[in-house]
Amino acid sequence: MKKSYKIEVDCANCALKMEEATKSVEGVKDAVVSFMTQKMNVEFADGADDKAVMQAVLKACKKVEDDCEIYL
Amino acid sequence: MTKKQKKVLYRIVIAILLLVAISFLPVSGWIQFLLYMIPYLVIGYDILRKAGKGILNREVFDENFLMAVATVGAICLGEYREGVAVMLFYQIGELFQAVAVGKSRMSISALMDIRPDYANIEKEDGQLEQVSPDEVAVGDVIVVCPGEKIPIDGVIAEGSSTLNTSALTGESVPREVEPGDEVISGCVNTSGLLKIRTTKEFGESTVSKILDLVENSSMKKSRSENFITKFAKYYTPAVCYSALALAILPPVVQLLTGHPATWSTWIIRALTFLVISCPCALVISIPLSFFGGIGGASACGILVKGSNYLEALAQTKCVVFDKTGTLTKGVFQVTKIAPTEAFQNTSGDADALLYYAAQAECYSGHPISKSLREAYQAVDKANNKIDNNRVTDVEEIGGHGVTAMVDGHQVAAGNAKLMAKLDLQAAVEKQRGQSAGSDSPDGDEIGTVVYVAVDDVYAGYILIADVPKDTAKEAIDALKRSGVKKTVMLTGDSKAVAEHVAKELAIDEVHSELLPADKVTCVEQLLTGRKPGENLAFVGDGINDAPVLSRADIGIAMGAMGSDAAIEAADIVLMDDNPAKIALAMKISRKCLRIVYENIVFALSVKAICLILGALGLAGMWLAIFADVGVMVLAVLNAIRCLKVK
Repeated sequence: MKKSYKIEVDCANCALKMEEATKSVEGVKDAVVSFMTQKMNVEFADGADDKAVMQAVLKACKKVEDDCEIYL
Repeated sequence: MTKKQKKVLYRIVIAILLLVAISFLPVSGWIQFLLYMIPYLVIGYDILRKAGKGILNREVFDENFLMAVATVGAICLGEYREGVAVMLFYQIGELFQAVAVGKSRMSISALMDIRPDYANIEKEDGQLEQVSPDEVAVGDVIVVCPGEKIPIDGVIAEGSSTLNTSALTGESVPREVEPGDEVISGCVNTSGLLKIRTTKEFGESTVSKILDLVENSSMKKSRSENFITKFAKYYTPAVCYSALALAILPPVVQLLTGHPATWSTWIIRALTFLVISCPCALVISIPLSFFGGIGGASACGILVKGSNYLEALAQTKCVVFDKTGTLTKGVFQVTKIAPTEAFQNTSGDADALLYYAAQAECYSGHPISKSLREAYQAVDKANNKIDNNRVTDVEEIGGHGVTAMVDGHQVAAGNAKLMAKLDLQAAVEKQRGQSAGSDSPDGDEIGTVVYVAVDDVYAGYILIADVPKDTAKEAIDALKRSGVKKTVMLTGDSKAVAEHVAKELAIDEVHSELLPADKVTCVEQLLTGRKPGENLAFVGDGINDAPVLSRADIGIAMGAMGSDAAIEAADIVLMDDNPAKIALAMKISRKCLRIVYENIVFALSVKAICLILGALGLAGMWLAIFADVGVMVLAVLNAIRCLKVK
């Protein structure tokens, strides 16, 4: 399952860091963060609960970049 | 500027004023320290807070941490003013960068701003109500006033007007529409009021699909972008360890050799080194360049589905074309009218011959009949009308043609078999020489022949062919000029027709009489035969060549206005049917890549020089900030050039 989320992030490097952090969250198969469009595409692993996973993603992203925001 | 940016701007102004004021105050010692702390905290409190959080989250080596350590270090060494100034300049640089990036993002988005905001629905009392396009169901009637965008695909129920398709195709060729015509969203209604019965939901409409495609294009990353991501992975730790070594090793060596260790000097150099090393300029400018390139291309009616395709396009050396609908118009047109001498002497000229043929075929739905009628009407738009009342006794003879009475004359229009049936073969042979009796014309006459007999006397023939697009020749020339080594044409059409078109357009290689599956085989052969690093692009109209489109390195679909299959299967979509856009897309791609390389080389070399200068102690914190923020701003400004196409 793939979902797209609107995000807010200030710098391109931070977007890269968010991408790395998101990819390492359990239940995320793949993730792409686009700084240009301020969007995040997440592909969930089979059977993963997207809402729970996204909470974990948000936490992981906040850890690497305090300023970021994901609109769930 | 956003609210956030304005706030930073105020803080910068306040900090500058405070800093200047304090510099003139005759104070020293603790009071001076405390006074300098005011502008320092005004300008840097958020950086310090973020740095603290970073440490707590064990994400140490980010910019905030670096700036905090560098400025606190300077202050500890008694360089109050320097510490405040470094923080100040860092914030100014960051602000400038944020504004520049925001601006360029806005201007790119503006290029792609075809999203309709509302749809008009007529209420029972005749008033128009604006609703969100999402709320309109399939089959509802929407009203589009002059000057408004068509929000949803549909069919015109009432009204006629002229549409401007430039938002979709990049060319403002007006299109006339009347009731019954299909219209696609994104076009601007320029003249009359239109009532449109929607045939799709907003989410399924052309404009939504295009927006989706373009917005997601930056999600497909190019090789250069992946390179930078990988590069950053090794680069950041490498720089951090170098900085650590720079802080520790020289003083230790000094100690060992019996000199006094100058710890503070080397620590400051190490901090400078760290500030210089931030990879932001690269990380931001490369996606921005691609995004700009994609934005610029879509403004010309070229939709690129991902940065990777834009990148691949620059290395295209072989372009394979489908013939019908891609290089040719895909519709039959009258290319030659040849009345016999006898007909010219008795009944009239070429137009008269066309008139008889068109009238005789007036009831037929065959594409050839249609093209005859269109050609006749095109001769004189005002007077030439096909009038069914002047035609009687129409008889269609399957596989032969049509016979009918036109203005009291017995007219027969059809192929060679029909002429043979009327015993007119000899007359045909007399006019056409040896090739008579066959339907495949000779010499430069390529296409389908319609023979016409009037009152059982052979009157001449009309040649109908699928003609190349006006821009096809120019497209092939432009591709060759831009370094494409080989152009290939694939077609299901007969060999004679294919070779004729290829010769006319100067295409290098032709494969004719192919079935759709043969096209895949053909492309695969070409794919195995090419050199590594040379990409193959396939250009088709997207109707039945989806497998080939996806098999080629780059699939380019033409004439995508409304064709879902093309948008799905292709990597690049040309919104108008103009093959000349391929060369333009390649030009954009090359320019974009050139800018990307410029930025990589520029940023890395400036950083390398500054790093060395910093390590040697020749570069202070000021230069370090330039190397970080200044290089980034320059790279961003360079990247924005990708937007400009011409």
